[in-house]
Amino acid sequence: MTRAFLAILKRDLALASRAGGGGELALVFFLTIVVLVPFALGPDLNLLSRIGPAILWLGALLSMLIGLDRLFQGDEEDGSLDLIRASVLPLELAVLAKGLAHWLTTGLPLALAAPLLGLLVALPGEAMLPVAATLLVGTPALSFIGAGAAALTAGLRRGGLILPVLVAPLTVPVLIFGVSASNAALGGTIPFATPFLILCALSLAAIVVGTLAAAAALRQSG
Amino acid sequence: MTPSSDPILTLEADALTCRRGGRLIFADLSFRLRSGEAIALTGRNGAGKSSLLAMLCGQLRPEAGTIRVEGAPDVAPVELSHVVGHRDGLKTALSAHENLAFAQALLGDAALSPAEALAKVGLPHVAALPVGYLSAGQRRRVALARLLVARRPFWLLDEPMSALDTAAQAMLSGLMREHLAQGGAILAATHGPLGLDGVREVKIGP
Repeated sequence: MTRAFLAILKRDLALASRAGGGGELALVFFLTIVVLVPFALGPDLNLLSRIGPAILWLGALLSMLIGLDRLFQGDEEDGSLDLIRASVLPLELAVLAKGLAHWLTTGLPLALAAPLLGLLVALPGEAMLPVAATLLVGTPALSFIGAGAAALTAGLRRGGLILPVLVAPLTVPVLIFGVSASNAALGGTIPFATPFLILCALSLAAIVVGTLAAAAALRQSG
Repeated sequence: MTPSSDPILTLEADALTCRRGGRLIFADLSFRLRSGEAIALTGRNGAGKSSLLAMLCGQLRPEAGTIRVEGAPDVAPVELSHVVGHRDGLKTALSAHENLAFAQALLGDAALSPAEALAKVGLPHVAALPVGYLSAGQRRRVALARLLVARRPFWLLDEPMSALDTAAQAMLSGLMREHLAQGGAILAATHGPLGLDGVREVKIGP
């Protein structure tokens, strides 16, 4: 069973790194959004550094949505999903492996790139690491909330347009606590740990609920 | 989970009724697929052959009736079956070898290695090529090689001969004969001959 789990994880990582896999597309999109915002706001460095964490979080959230519709749709179209259904691995664990691969190829690179992109929004040096840390623990929630929605839309032809509409409202708590933890690191009355721990809890809950929901949705479709 | 020393297994479908999108496809279909037996599933286009296969592998819930495996009551039929359908289940960006290695890890109870299976379907030279570069017939053969990398008693095939040239059709008939001789069972939805002796026909619809 471990072998089947690792096989799915390894295959999805390999697919993301091959041509057309879309592994680096999220990162480029993230860069694009963060670069565009200062142009729209004008040369007000104080304003930029104040809303910097919010820009980084919004950029990461939107970048995670890019390509999320393909999470199960690709497997549904070519019949790989039937193969996964026929495996000895419970569908929940298969979803967990795919969600994990999605996070490793999108969420993790975004979190690692955040300190670098923080320079573009005049983020103070001491806030770089906390912002990256909030993205690191917050993005798994986005991957797995997205997995639930991606499973629901796996059989739809134009699922790519519906998916962000389904996912965005569900990500509001993650966004709120992600940004407030980042702002707490910049100073303020709330200690950093309070929103940060809630963010961790949100991610853990999303991993469980998202996995179960996606597996249930995949059992219904087919 | 999959028993490797096979007891005598029988796939039993009892009084199946299929309804899709409110339309009745077929009703009250029963058959038994015994070890060592091959069934050719026939019927006009749209009679519900693929729907029946989807039901057998658990993708579609029957409106009425039951599907079970006699001899292994706790195991879902799909976990004892190989399914090769219209959608070949191959990733075009991965090589033939990678695709088969993935299927082997996923399906469990390994039989031949991916390289041996590819040699057996006559494609030893394409192992390292991305499946996207292969022709329709070659892709079909890679999908059929999946039958050989893991041991499963039931082969559920949808139009297995499509896209295959005559040599490849004879090769597939040979593989099916070997599988039957080893105590396996085959259910194939088909319009043409399977090249096997003693095939029982189950006809859906009028």
